[in-house]
Amino acid sequence: MTEQHDALERAHGVTRRTVLKGVVAGALVLCLHESGQIALAGTASRKYGVDAEPGGAVENPLVFVAIHPDDTVTITVARPEMGQGIRTSMALVVADELEAEWPRLRVVQAPGDQARYGNQDTDGSRSMRHFFGPMRRVGAAARMMLESAAAAHWGVPVSEVHAEAQQLWHRASGRHLSYGDLAQAAAREAVPDPQRVRLKSPEQFRYIGKLSTRAIDGADIVAGRARYGIDTRLEGMLYAVVARPAVLGGRLIDYDARAALAVPGVVRVVEIAAHPLPAQAYPLGGVAVLARNTWAAIKGREALKIRWHDGANASFDSQRFEGQLEQAVRRPAEVVRNDGDALSALQAAPRRIEAEYYLPFLAHASMEPPAATARIVAGHCEVWAPVQDPQGTRDLITGLLGMKESDVTVNVTLLGGAFGRKSLGDFAGEAAVLSKAMGGTPVKVMWTREDDIRHDYYQAVAMERLEAVLGPDGLPLAWLHRSASPTEDATFVAGAEGEDSSEYGMGMINIPYRIPNIRLEIPKVPAYTRIGWFRSVYNIAHGFAIQSFIDELAHAAGRDPREYQLSLLGPDRRIDPRTLSDQWNYGESPRRYPLDTGRWRAVIERATREAGWGRALPKGRGLGLAATYSFMSYAAAVVEVEVDRSGRIAVPRVDIAFDCGPQVNPDRVRAQLEGACIMGLTVAKHGAITFKDGRVQQSNFNDYPLLRLPEAPREIHVHVQQAGFEVPLGGVGEPGMPPIAPAFANAIFAATGQRIRHLPVGESVSRT
Amino acid sequence: MALTLHINGRSVDVDAAPDTPLLWVLRDELGLTGAKFGCGMGLCGVCTVHVAGEPVRACLTPLAAVQGKSITTIEAAGEGRIGRAVQSAWLALGVAQCGYCQAGQIMSAVALLRATPQPSDDQIDAAMAGNLCRCGTYPRIRAAIHQAAQQLRETP
Repeated sequence: MTEQHDALERAHGVTRRTVLKGVVAGALVLCLHESGQIALAGTASRKYGVDAEPGGAVENPLVFVAIHPDDTVTITVARPEMGQGIRTSMALVVADELEAEWPRLRVVQAPGDQARYGNQDTDGSRSMRHFFGPMRRVGAAARMMLESAAAAHWGVPVSEVHAEAQQLWHRASGRHLSYGDLAQAAAREAVPDPQRVRLKSPEQFRYIGKLSTRAIDGADIVAGRARYGIDTRLEGMLYAVVARPAVLGGRLIDYDARAALAVPGVVRVVEIAAHPLPAQAYPLGGVAVLARNTWAAIKGREALKIRWHDGANASFDSQRFEGQLEQAVRRPAEVVRNDGDALSALQAAPRRIEAEYYLPFLAHASMEPPAATARIVAGHCEVWAPVQDPQGTRDLITGLLGMKESDVTVNVTLLGGAFGRKSLGDFAGEAAVLSKAMGGTPVKVMWTREDDIRHDYYQAVAMERLEAVLGPDGLPLAWLHRSASPTEDATFVAGAEGEDSSEYGMGMINIPYRIPNIRLEIPKVPAYTRIGWFRSVYNIAHGFAIQSFIDELAHAAGRDPREYQLSLLGPDRRIDPRTLSDQWNYGESPRRYPLDTGRWRAVIERATREAGWGRALPKGRGLGLAATYSFMSYAAAVVEVEVDRSGRIAVPRVDIAFDCGPQVNPDRVRAQLEGACIMGLTVAKHGAITFKDGRVQQSNFNDYPLLRLPEAPREIHVHVQQAGFEVPLGGVGEPGMPPIAPAFANAIFAATGQRIRHLPVGESVSRT
Repeated sequence: MALTLHINGRSVDVDAAPDTPLLWVLRDELGLTGAKFGCGMGLCGVCTVHVAGEPVRACLTPLAAVQGKSITTIEAAGEGRIGRAVQSAWLALGVAQCGYCQAGQIMSAVALLRATPQPSDDQIDAAMAGNLCRCGTYPRIRAAIHQAAQQLRETP
């Protein structure tokens, strides 16, 4: 594990989910005493949260806030916008402490520059979790600098000056000045120590936690003016479409470009070198057709004649692999958590309950396929790209072009959806390489939908086996869970096998249930394609399996699933995740972010109450419950399904209760939960990527369907728990996903008696 | 080959083969990037524009089929009363997340309200079934269409 981690760091810096490994292998030593108390050595050196991220947080207001003489305020947002609303939410946090007026506010998107802006790698549902504090202090520090400048201007003590609604006031004399009047003087004031800035108390907030701010990009979006990666246009720009090897690791043998070059508008055909595996974020290689417009490039690519050598992955067959995963979960494997003696309890039991659950590979299929534009002028490469990790993309291009970092600028456009796909900037790398090949001419690389579906960084396929023995009270005496899933690490380290500690840390290892004997095992299974991160990542498979299995156990025990869930959680308590053998805890401090079973209980109670759990339903209808904890937030979903006589499944209603601690932008919290519900239903009903002969068999929305509007529940009710700002923030973008598929599957069982263990379900089930 | 198109109330000459899809002429030649590319097969609706008032998928519509007809894109949607009401409802309800598909959603919604001023949920479902949204804004799209319809009814 240590070697793997070191290699990862060399390959990519520290990737998102792997920060912990160095800690497991390194300074932190844990001893579990008989009392169950954790003794720690070396914790002082361990960093958590944003402090553990590359670049950390920057709190210099001069980096993020500019006030112009005309009294407009510009706030620079360093985290990419992909629909989560971060440009609005970050800006409103700064603006609130700054006492800026929302209508006069502009947002500027920062380019990739971690040294200047702090960490920009936008994933893991942590933008607000990590930057709420820093951005409040940025806004407050800027306000204090304005107050100091006003005090100096009037020759009064700063204690007599206060800022309100973008004006500085000296009450005693009735004098006031606008921010714009004092901007230049304020910029010369000393920047206050971040630890000494005066923050508002929550009751003074004007924007934070309110519904008072509209989306910063809303008006541009509805008018078609918003600019995404696909929309970049530069003078003299060429449009490129790339033929990539169909099999990961495939190599070009040769190609004939004559017919392609004969297509009107085609300018050049250029080979892109393939990087040896592991794939990392490098371009896949292949042959690019550059043309005067996108259509000519597409037609040109169709006319290419290419011979490929498919390489070592040419025999990969996902159906056969499913069988290998089945075998893997039926054999003992590496133990990652062992409470009591589950094996003996299982062997001794007269009746053992067993189930295996399957999640296929998933493609992100953001509505905007990957696209990026690059040009090189006077030795400086400038890129426009919809990327979640702008600094990572900058590092990639710096290496690809053999340039200095200071000679590479990565401008971040709006992202037309991302969901983890655009964490890795291979497509931006293609644009840079092609521009270089064309002597610096601007080149836009456009991925078609087929390219996107066939060359994704896929959500890993997973097989989850669970076994349990019930005690006399119907609750489990023993619990065995084996999770066989390729690791994302394999994208960076050749031969990495099986989930790493951050991956099984997503909802598998950190179960708080009152079960005396728990054994969790991770079989080593290989990856034959690029594995990536998909919204909520390994929580999808773990949540589906565990929450379905609990429903199965409840029915086996003859108990109500809601009451059973609550019994399993037991009395309210705050659990140090290390006592669950979870060293990762999403990179957060185990003290600041313990697992709180009371909050988990509360979302189950809320969702079931709001959904009318237990109400009489007509034949063919059923309610299903699932509740998960991920990214420091608690989510419970009750899905209502209706299965008609033909077996066709409809979802008339979903109730989601959610606890992410305090909400910075409550309407966007609701929007993320609604969206997670729709995406979760797509996972449950529709999504599956399969491989044959090493090739992805799907290509577009005809064979990789997404949920459509008529299938969307007529009612989605989001119930958000209220919390004060003394509670640490939880994540929002991802944690709504994991409970949806199992709640849907459990509802189908309630409606039909048919147990769903294999996703996707499809349009219909047989009705008994 | 030079063709004359009537887009957003203006006539423009474009030099492109008659089988070129309208989408790429709008985006690459004319700089009207509001209509997006999503699938190239008419499966997702992010490229939806109006031709002679009807919603069409620009990625599948050859130039030859639209010559001499009136084309409206999202950039001009706000010039009509229905378009303004739809945009305003979209903003009021915070429909957009990433926003990429919303130009197509709005163009489909405007066409729906033009043909069916007070649509039922079933009519909305039928009219909007061809427009995908990966962020999952469907519940708010339904609500915003109802709100726009109500606004149009109350302020004729």
